[in-house]
Amino acid sequence: MSSTFLGVPAPRGVGHLRGTQSFPDAARDALGDSQLRRNLGHATSTIRAKRAAVVGELDDWEQLRLAGSALKSATMARLDEHLERLEREVTARGGTVHWARDANEANAIVTELVQATGETEVVKVKSMATQEIGLNEALEAAGIEAKETDLAELIVQLGGDLPSHILVPAIHRNRAEIREIFLREMPGVDPDLTSEPRLLAMAARKHLRERFLRAKVAISGANFGIADSGTLLVVESEGNGRMCLTLPETLITVMGIEKVVPTWQDLEVFLQLLPRSSTGERMNPYTSAWTGVTPGDGPQAFHLVLLDNGRTATLADEVGRAALHCIKCSACLNVCPVYERAGGHAYGSVYPGPIGAVLSPQLTGVEDNASLPYASSLCGACFDACPVRIDIPSLLVRLRAQHVDANRGGIPSAEAVAMAAASWVMSTPGRFGAAETASKLGRLLGRSTGRISSLPPPLSAWTASRDAPRPPAETFRQWWARERGTS
Amino acid sequence: MRIALFVTCLADAMAPEVGKATVTLLERLGHEVVFPSAQTCCGQMHTNTGYQREAVPLVRHHVEVFEPYDVIVAPSGSCVGSVRHQHAMVARGAGDDALADRATAVATRTYELSELLVEVLGVEDVGAYFPHRVTYHPTCHSLRMLRVADKPLRLLRHVRGMTLLELPAADQCCGFGGTFAVKNADTSTAMLADKMRNVLATGAEVATAGDASCLMHIGGGLSRLQSGTRTLHLAEILAST
Repeated sequence: MSSTFLGVPAPRGVGHLRGTQSFPDAARDALGDSQLRRNLGHATSTIRAKRAAVVGELDDWEQLRLAGSALKSATMARLDEHLERLEREVTARGGTVHWARDANEANAIVTELVQATGETEVVKVKSMATQEIGLNEALEAAGIEAKETDLAELIVQLGGDLPSHILVPAIHRNRAEIREIFLREMPGVDPDLTSEPRLLAMAARKHLRERFLRAKVAISGANFGIADSGTLLVVESEGNGRMCLTLPETLITVMGIEKVVPTWQDLEVFLQLLPRSSTGERMNPYTSAWTGVTPGDGPQAFHLVLLDNGRTATLADEVGRAALHCIKCSACLNVCPVYERAGGHAYGSVYPGPIGAVLSPQLTGVEDNASLPYASSLCGACFDACPVRIDIPSLLVRLRAQHVDANRGGIPSAEAVAMAAASWVMSTPGRFGAAETASKLGRLLGRSTGRISSLPPPLSAWTASRDAPRPPAETFRQWWARERGTS
Repeated sequence: MRIALFVTCLADAMAPEVGKATVTLLERLGHEVVFPSAQTCCGQMHTNTGYQREAVPLVRHHVEVFEPYDVIVAPSGSCVGSVRHQHAMVARGAGDDALADRATAVATRTYELSELLVEVLGVEDVGAYFPHRVTYHPTCHSLRMLRVADKPLRLLRHVRGMTLLELPAADQCCGFGGTFAVKNADTSTAMLADKMRNVLATGAEVATAGDASCLMHIGGGLSRLQSGTRTLHLAEILAST
């Protein structure tokens, strides 16, 4: 496990990156919710089909993926230089750049900036970085109300809920549930509101428009920060982002440091990869880019908060850092059979699904999220879907090894003892043959049916839902020796 | 052709018919099969569970056993995937670059059964006869690690007397995933339930695949349901006459 020593220990990520339960326990609860299972199954299969159709249109999709991967690798290798360039260019164009080591620092910076305006209400563009740091809660503690303006984020916020998907935060809700939330929580809503999607959207639009027009401060994330011009860029579908980014007087953007790209030209690749992978569209409806402050046009004060929160620590692992290449498209969530069944909340972090299982443990340190690298059958569907070719299965296996290695030296677990014993047995044929003979004791079980339907723990986890085969009377090697002699 | 059989530890101990069928099939096609009896296990379970250090002696042993052979076959996409995509990585992780190079050399001569038949031996009609309704589950590692694509289906389409039924959502994982099936038993079972529903919807008598491990999972579930649909390895169908 090679890593680069950076001189001082990089800060670990804090905020909404850890769950209160292990993944298997949280998943068990989610699996029991049949409505959730239906909502997720329907939504993910719909997005999967859309993505497959638009990806299939491009002859050069694989070349685009390779280009995206190469651009990200090259950017990460000189991240410090690109970030300093971004800071210089933003500053030169009238913006102010702030550096936040972790979630707490970022929240404190944003809270002070809002307080300095004298406002107690802000509008927000959907942003994973601000979800990650728990900004809304931090602002609320300071007496500032943060209003989400993305429709799905609004549903989640009104429902007192947590997002369960990177792109579609309310994917776990169906329209009947959304109608109920609106009727219950949305001030002045038409009491005759039905669950027709168009009417639900109209109700949200009316509710939000009034907020946009009176907001003096907006907070956003960024999909890309372009170093050579100091430009920030947000892609979205609803136009709420465009409202937030243009109407208020003050704009505060929180951006993870991995979101920087060196030049505008790089967007030629990423703006093809991202919408097709995320919403299954050829192009996203709104792409907003802004550069510093323009007198008389748009926000007259612009602050960029650059967030570390475990990213530098992740960058230190030359293999694991690939998780930082993620452009938050969520294609891996939509193809993941584990995500589809367990849902996003089971991952405990704001980053669910396969990418969350490799990103969250690296941001927090693997021991704080030790069950996540195991929350995968390693089926590989995520790697195939990833627009920047993050080899998520290999990263999961690597993180599992880091977890096991971190726990060496103390009293070994039953699993560690079993693995060591199996390694000892299987490293010579004599021991292996003897163990196979011993395993035939299993033939004492299941004699009447040829199947074993009950085994002691931990194998009871297998026989709870599947029969186990009865060991055969003769192993292959015994058959071979009997039939052919040894070779 | 002289072909060394890497039977895999699971087939050796729990599904010897898979190994026997592989031998029967290849010999019927006129090839010589040898079984290096010192072989044990590729170490995939160790590597995938995080015990890479414990996998190193298994990788070394596997390389030593199979190094002398020009062509190696295993009736498992998953174990060939481990040999091809993990052995060198495990050796390098332990700082043994020489072993990694040897492992890479062995891996380039190691084939999953359908790869060997279609790609190396250039045969799609193996002369099999199997008068049953069959559906095929492409296992994840065959599909996405080895990219065997439709090679198993091309072999199955030539089997006489057989009705091949298309499996809905075929490319979805059955939920086995090695120790995943035990560590995340509830999620694994939910995945298995959907896979079984799709298998049963085809009306097939037999579900087949190229991995004894996934078949043990699907078969264990079908047996628990007392569904009457059984599992057979691809090699067993191709060996039938």
